[in-house]
Amino acid sequence: MTPSDHDTTRPAAARAVASFEICHTQYLDAEGAVLHPLPAFAREPKSLIPLYRRMVLARVFDAKCISLQRTGQLGTYSSGLGQEATMATIGHTMQPEDVLLPSYRETAAQLARGVRMTEILLYWGGDERGSNFAVPTRDFPVCVPVATHALHAVGVAYAMQYRAEPRVAVCVHGDGATSKGDFYEAMNIAGVRQLPVVFVVSNNQWAISTPRRAQSAAATLAQKAIAAGIDGEQVDGNDAIAMRDCMERALTKARTGGGPHLIEALTYRLGDHTTVDDAKRYRDEGEVEAAWQREPVRRLRQFLAREAGWTDDDEARLQTECAAQVEQAVAEYRAVPPQPPEAMFDYLFATLPIRLRAQREEVLQRGRHHD
Amino acid sequence: MTELTLVEAVTRALAWEMNADPAVIVLGEDVGLNGGVFRATAGLQERFGTQRVIDTPLAETLIAGMSVGMAAEHLKPVAEIQFMGFIYPTIDHILSHAGRLRTRTRGRLTCPMVLRAAFGGGIHAPEHHSESTEALFAHIPGIRVVIPSSPARAYGLLLAAIRDPDPVVFLEPKRLYRMLKQPVADDGEALPLDVCFVLREGTDLTLVSWGAMIVETLAAADRLAAEGISAEVIDVATIAPLDIDSILESVARTGRCVIVHEAARNNGVGAEIAAELADKGLLSLLAPVARVTGYDTIMPLYQLENDYLPDTARIVAAARQTLEVT
Ligand SMILES: Cc1ncc(C[n+]2csc(CCOP(=O)(O)OP(=O)(O)O)c2C)c(N)n1
Ligand SMILES: [Mg+2]
Repeated sequence: MTPSDHDTTRPAAARAVASFEICHTQYLDAEGAVLHPLPAFAREPKSLIPLYRRMVLARVFDAKCISLQRTGQLGTYSSGLGQEATMATIGHTMQPEDVLLPSYRETAAQLARGVRMTEILLYWGGDERGSNFAVPTRDFPVCVPVATHALHAVGVAYAMQYRAEPRVAVCVHGDGATSKGDFYEAMNIAGVRQLPVVFVVSNNQWAISTPRRAQSAAATLAQKAIAAGIDGEQVDGNDAIAMRDCMERALTKARTGGGPHLIEALTYRLGDHTTVDDAKRYRDEGEVEAAWQREPVRRLRQFLAREAGWTDDDEARLQTECAAQVEQAVAEYRAVPPQPPEAMFDYLFATLPIRLRAQREEVLQRGRHHD
Repeated sequence: MTELTLVEAVTRALAWEMNADPAVIVLGEDVGLNGGVFRATAGLQERFGTQRVIDTPLAETLIAGMSVGMAAEHLKPVAEIQFMGFIYPTIDHILSHAGRLRTRTRGRLTCPMVLRAAFGGGIHAPEHHSESTEALFAHIPGIRVVIPSSPARAYGLLLAAIRDPDPVVFLEPKRLYRMLKQPVADDGEALPLDVCFVLREGTDLTLVSWGAMIVETLAAADRLAAEGISAEVIDVATIAPLDIDSILESVARTGRCVIVHEAARNNGVGAEIAAELADKGLLSLLAPVARVTGYDTIMPLYQLENDYLPDTARIVAAARQTLEVT
């Protein structure tokens, strides 16, 4: 039996008590041509160059991380290829005093927040010091257990609200994460308490091998916000202008007491899930090729070329600059002396309990392990 | 007999039992077309269809809770949690429901489910992917916790776990997934649960371990043998409920015992074994029971991973110390 075989006629006694609609925002088409009158910030097209720079840097850095992994200089790494507009815009639009709670694919957002490339390399290179950011000091480290940080985000937002600070917590995770209870629970209290939190669902269409349609029968992920009584909207996450427009509106609203917001950013994971995944096993190559036609970096570049006089020379210079910045960070990363093994005890508690001192001493005596 | 890796042995056991028993359902994240992130369910969906190999949405609470319902309704769910680091939301269902359903209903409803998860360190995996927290589950009444340490035991113990009428948490040491191959008959023969396996006989001391640490423990026994010391090696396999009688019997002969586990020491399964030895085997002990374990720290990211994990040298040193007591 299909749903249409069921009698869905509404009984005469029933009346609609709630209804909703989900909006989708897009300004640029896949070729960077303007589809609708631009928001105020984009009317001076040059003002988008700093964001574009962040996107390009993120892409150059991402490619470097993959090659470092391939040559054994980095552990498993999750590429953000194709999601640069979504991610860079998040970091670009937040205020320094806000708090970002990222998952593991949000490198571009972290970079835009001021996390150093060397720190990111240390983290994926298996060194805890990579999560000890010099800037931004209040941001959370990468969250690996999917969606658990959505709950931390409402805790952070509660603290901000409690102290009446004009700050916002921004939680970023994938489409797969929206299937977890944590996500619903977080949105639920965010609605009840009108917390200053923005949830960004970076819907890259895949959760490892699980396609978006296998996560949820809902037409959009944005509408999951509706059940929690908060606003949800969809945006073309590969359109940096649309993404920036939505983020700025959501941040301003949350910062000024308007409550929480959910943004579903439609994007695409152009790479494998991680460096230990092989997407060819489960994903059609044709789909990936089609997605390349909508990718965000080229799209913004074409907009800038058309509207802001961005030239091939500008592009070449930017590429060279980014490559140099990345090489510099890699050199710094390679030069970081290893942690002593007893470091595993040194941040466990404010002061090491007596019971653990003998274990620390044992590790100290043994010295570094030689494989 | 075919030579199989541990992960291939898991796949064969699943396929055997799915073929033999239509009630067996495999579920988890990416277990279908992708065949699981470790390939443990490779080919199963193709062979048995999407009704019997379910790619679930990303939700571990769902995977465990839905399995409880399926099991109560006479299906035999074999659920996969990709990494033990993501298993913790399942504890609500394992502890509050799976382990209790038979008791609560006085046998009217039961819970024949298996919760499989890859666990342990040593493969330079990212954060949260390398912990060994089997003791959390070993503490829960009404469930079994089973850990294979070879392809043949993975095959036989997984079959036993699926056929068992009660819930089993089946933890697969991922460092061993592809480390070695071993001839496995693939004949549907299960191995017994609730018993230890003596992997090597010896007279001077007893080394007790499970999971991936069996590799280092056997290597330590080799090194000790070169020094003329004869070590018995016991693979506990079912860490809860514990087959303490086999360990007591061995220690009654050797008088000395070293327990080796990758997990943190504090309140680990080694503590339970040591307490049982103190309780029931004190008079046969010639030396204090030693434990070689992970430290009571957060499992470090991979740069310090090998400083955390017990190695052969630490086991040999503990064995020597134990033997020095006269
Ligand atoms: C709770 C939990 N379960 C399983 C995993 C293993 N895992 C890592 S990423 C991932 C898919 C996540 O998909 P999505 O939320 O769409 O984010 P994406 O990776 O696509 O950015 C899974 C299942 C995990 N990290 N955490
Ligand atoms: Mg995704």
